[in-house]
Amino acid sequence: MGYFLGLIFVLSALWLGLSGIYEPLLLTLGGISVVIAILLAARLETVDREGSPYGRTIPILAYWCWLLVEIFKANWPVIKACLGADLKINPALVKVKTRCESNLAKTIFANSITLTPGTVTVEVEGDMMLIHALFEEAATPESFEEMDLRSYRAADGKRKEELAA
Amino acid sequence: MSELIDIFMIVKPWIGGILSLAGALLCLIGSVGVLRFPDFFTRLHAASITDTGGVTLALVGMAFLAPTWLIVFKLAAIWLFIFLTSPTGSHALANAAHTAGLQPVIGRDLKRADTTEEEA
Amino acid sequence: MIETAAVAIVIAIALTLIRALLGPTLYDRVLAVNSLGTKVVIFIGFLGFVLGRPDWLDIAVLYALINFVSTIAILKFFRYRSFQVPLHRRPVPKVTAGQGGDDV
Repeated sequence: MGYFLGLIFVLSALWLGLSGIYEPLLLTLGGISVVIAILLAARLETVDREGSPYGRTIPILAYWCWLLVEIFKANWPVIKACLGADLKINPALVKVKTRCESNLAKTIFANSITLTPGTVTVEVEGDMMLIHALFEEAATPESFEEMDLRSYRAADGKRKEELAA
Repeated sequence: MSELIDIFMIVKPWIGGILSLAGALLCLIGSVGVLRFPDFFTRLHAASITDTGGVTLALVGMAFLAPTWLIVFKLAAIWLFIFLTSPTGSHALANAAHTAGLQPVIGRDLKRADTTEEEA
Repeated sequence: MIETAAVAIVIAIALTLIRALLGPTLYDRVLAVNSLGTKVVIFIGFLGFVLGRPDWLDIAVLYALINFVSTIAILKFFRYRSFQVPLHRRPVPKVTAGQGGDDV
């Protein structure tokens, strides 16, 4: 039920923000659109912990702030590689083990890796990830340790206690 | 306090213009990288500059130029969509290429990896 | 200043188009088209501000969504040769002797 409420709230906020005209007719149309979207999502069975993860908004937002700084730091070497006269790149495929268990945490971790310029997740199998990196020396398994830990905390933190309670 | 706000209103279009220009230049650099890099997987990294740095700077610059808050909300929505969809698209591309058997070039001399090395 | 930015984006789109035309493999072309779509989103935004009509951002929102969906649809089609196969019910197809395999 909480998942449905979160989804309804986000969809309504999206409609109000994108529309900008607050007349009764358009508000009614917006309500109908939200109801249709919710029905379709329920029929697809996507309204669950992954489909509307708004219960963990604050940890995920905190994680995003940290991730933005990381992304901007990682932009520099790739820009230099693009503009350098000789291509000073050293591509490699690395395997990284993750501690994330739930699909949400794995998705956040893999997407963070892909979002950071210089590393792309090629394949996810169980808890191993195959990563293609532009610079082999910058993509040691230790360099993903902090991102792994932080995405685990953002998505799964204290989940064991929640399940036990 | 009001003088500070006045100064900010004068400087605001300049900040917006400079940030937009920086974002556009990052997009240009990403395109140059997409043209220059030797194989598909390395081009993916160049394209991700456009999707992260370029988009963020350009949209923040436009937000400084925006006349109303509604437009800032729309820019934030575009930024959120691109940040949620671009890694998914990149991963889908990389995974499809890898599944189809496209071998990445490896190492400083940019040689194509053998199948035996790729399995390791 | 934002006009200069728009011109820079146009040049970037042209360069990406060259990669889409050259691209040796299918995936290079899809990557170029995807990247081009992101640049077009920014270009529509810039154009709206240059012409004094920031309402064009609605079109940019739609373009960002359609860009993503089209990328995924193209990739799905070239992997399964059909739009009908649900991704989670079918294992990754192995390239067998009878079926030609994927064109790279």
